[in-house]
Amino acid sequence: MSTDTLDAPVVETVKMNGLQAINAALMEAMEADPKVLVLGEDIADNEGGGVVGVTRGLSTKFGTMRVRSTPISEQAIIGAAIGAAMGGYKPVAEIMLMNFTTVAMDMIVNHAAKLRFMSGGQSQVPMVIRTLTGAGNQTAGQHADFYEAWFCHTAGIKVVIPWTPADFKGLYLSAIQDPDPVIIVESGKTLFVPMDVPVNQGPIPLGKANVVAPGSDITIVSYGQMMFTVMQAYEELTKAGVSVEVIDLRTISPWDKETVLASAEKTGRLLVVHEAGRNFGPGAEIAATAQEALFGKLKAPVGRLGAPYCSVPFAKKLEDAFLVQPPEIIAEAQRLVAMG
Amino acid sequence: MSETSENRALENRAVPDAKTQLDIYRRMIRIERNDDATRSQIRRGRITAPYYSARGQECIPSAISVLLNNDDKICTIYRGIHDMVAKDMPLRPLWAEICGRVDGTCKGKGGPMHLTHPETGVMVTTGIVGSSMPIANGFGWAALLDGTKQVTVAYFGDGASNIGAFHEALNLASVWKLPVIFVCQNNGFAEHTRYENGTAVDQISKRAIGYGMPGYTVDGNDPVDVYAHAHAAIERARAGEGPTLLECKTFRFMGHVFGDNDAYMTKEEKAAAMADDPLPKFRQKLIDDGVTTAEELDALTGRIEAEVNDAIEFAMACEYPSDDELRRDVFAEEIPAKEYMA
Repeated sequence: MSTDTLDAPVVETVKMNGLQAINAALMEAMEADPKVLVLGEDIADNEGGGVVGVTRGLSTKFGTMRVRSTPISEQAIIGAAIGAAMGGYKPVAEIMLMNFTTVAMDMIVNHAAKLRFMSGGQSQVPMVIRTLTGAGNQTAGQHADFYEAWFCHTAGIKVVIPWTPADFKGLYLSAIQDPDPVIIVESGKTLFVPMDVPVNQGPIPLGKANVVAPGSDITIVSYGQMMFTVMQAYEELTKAGVSVEVIDLRTISPWDKETVLASAEKTGRLLVVHEAGRNFGPGAEIAATAQEALFGKLKAPVGRLGAPYCSVPFAKKLEDAFLVQPPEIIAEAQRLVAMG
Repeated sequence: MSETSENRALENRAVPDAKTQLDIYRRMIRIERNDDATRSQIRRGRITAPYYSARGQECIPSAISVLLNNDDKICTIYRGIHDMVAKDMPLRPLWAEICGRVDGTCKGKGGPMHLTHPETGVMVTTGIVGSSMPIANGFGWAALLDGTKQVTVAYFGDGASNIGAFHEALNLASVWKLPVIFVCQNNGFAEHTRYENGTAVDQISKRAIGYGMPGYTVDGNDPVDVYAHAHAAIERARAGEGPTLLECKTFRFMGHVFGDNDAYMTKEEKAAAMADDPLPKFRQKLIDDGVTTAEELDALTGRIEAEVNDAIEFAMACEYPSDDELRRDVFAEEIPAKEYMA
C-alpha cells in the first residue's frame, strides 16, 4: 500500500518500514543539527537501541552524551528534555509506551505544553515525545491505549499519529525542528509494515492531512494503525460500488479542518474511525466541528467508530471485538450512504 | 550545622568576606522589603493574587545567589519570589507581573506563581510541588553539552521531598553527574502538615545517601553556614563532579498562603521563630563585626524601599494585556483570530 499514488510524479522509492523510517529521520536530524538529542529508557546501543530497535545505531554514531539511556523515570526523562529544550537543544524523548506517559503527565501537561504561554513567550520548549501504543498484540489494559484525546485537549502541544513510513520520516523531520512540543505516537503495526518511501523524503508539514484516495460518496477520516483497517474496508466498499474518499489525518492536533471539511462538503457524508475510545474521542471533536460548519449540507449524520467504553482486554477474542474491524466500517459507511 | 553520617564533614569551609556579607544582606533586605510591600498591597486591595510569602527564608537564596553568575540558572516554585529577588530580578517587571499587567515578565499571563526572567537566570517557576527538579536537570545536561561551567539551582520545600519527582530527579542527576544543586528550604511545614507527620526521615539531607550524592543539613538562617555549603556544592558542580543536596532549615513567618491563620502551629513556636528572625540578627552581626554601620544599612534600606515603591507605581500604571494574548504564546505561531475558540 502506498499513499500519494494517484497523480503523483514518479519518484525513486525504497521499501522500508516505519521503524526504519524513524531511525533514518533521527539519523538525518542528528547529523544535520548538533542540537538534536535523544533520550529514553534503553535507547542507546548498550541497552539494545530501543525496545523495538527504533534508535539502534544512534548512540554508536553520535555518542552517549547526545543519545542517553535513562533510568525508568518518566518524570525525569520529560523534565530533562524540557530543561534541555529551554537550554537551546532539541531533545527527542522516548516514553516507551503511551500508557507510561501517564506517569509524566505533570511534566508534559503542566510544563512542556504551558511554559511558553505562562512565560509570555519567553520560554521555548522545542521537544518531541516519541511513544508507542496500539491494541492487537494481547498486551491488555496498560500497554495499548490510545490517549491522544488527553493531549489534544491540552493547549500547547501538537499531536501527530502517522501511518506510513514516508509520513513517519517527513513528520519526524518537521517535529524535531518545530519550535513547540510535539508528541508522536507510533502505533504497533505502523512500525513493521514495509511501504515505499521516496529516497529523499524531506519534511512533511505538521497539521496537514493526506487525501489517500479520492471519492465522491463518503469521506472516511482515520489515522495511525487504524488506517490499515480503513484501507481494507475501502477496498471492499470500492468493490461494492461505494466511492470513498479516504483521509489520513496524520496530525490530530491542530487538525486539518480545511481538508476534512472540504471533503465532507463534497461527499456530503463523513465517518471518523479511530482506535481511541469513541466516548469523548477525537471523532467527537471532528463530528461537532463538521456539523457546525456544514449544517444543512450533509446528507447524513456524522458517523463515529472507536473503541467501546472499557479497558483494552487481553483475550484475543475480546481484543478483536474491542478493535474496530473492516465489517463495522463497511456497514457504517453503507448505512450513511443509504440515508440520502 | 551537621553533615549526614555518610558524608564527610565539609572541608575548606569558604567564608564570605565583608563585601560578600554585605551583598548577602542587601539581597535579604531587598527580599524582606519587597515581601512586606506585597502583603501591604494585597491587604489594601490594590492587587488580587495568590501569595506565598517567604518572610523568614531570606537568608537561603541570598547566601546562594552571591555565588552565582548572572547566567547560572534557577528553577523555583510558587513560594519563590525571594529566590528571584535574590537572583537580582529587576523589580519593575516583577511587580507588573504580580499585578497582571502587560509589562510584567510574562505579559501578565503567568502571575506570581510563574514568574520567568531568563535574563537573570530565572528559568522556571512552577506551581506544582516537586516539579522544579526534573527540569533543572535538563539545564544541567545542556550545560554539560555546551561545555560551560554553568550551574542550575533547583529550589523546593520540605514537602517536595516526598513527591516522586524529587527521587527521580536526584537519581538521574547523580547518574549523569549533572551540575545541579538541589536546595530544600525546609520551613517545617508541608502546606499545613508538620514535618514529622509527613516525612519519614529526621533530616532530608539523609535522602542524598540513597542517590549517591553529598547531602548537608544547613542552618538556613545563618548566612555564613549557607554560604559555606553552597560554595562547596557549586564548586563541585562546576568541577563536573555532580549534584549536591542542601537542606536549609528555616521557618516561614507568614504561613502557607496569604491569609493563613496558622491554626496548625502553636503561638509559642511561631513567636520563638520570629524572635530569632535572621534579618535583624545578621544586621547586628554586620555592625558588631565592623563590616558596616547602622547608618549605612539604613541608607541601603531606604534605597531599596525607593526601588520597591517605584516598581509598585510603575506596575499600577501599566496596561492590562489585550485579549489577543489568549491566542499568543500557545504556540510560537499565533493562532489566527478566526480559529480561536473554534
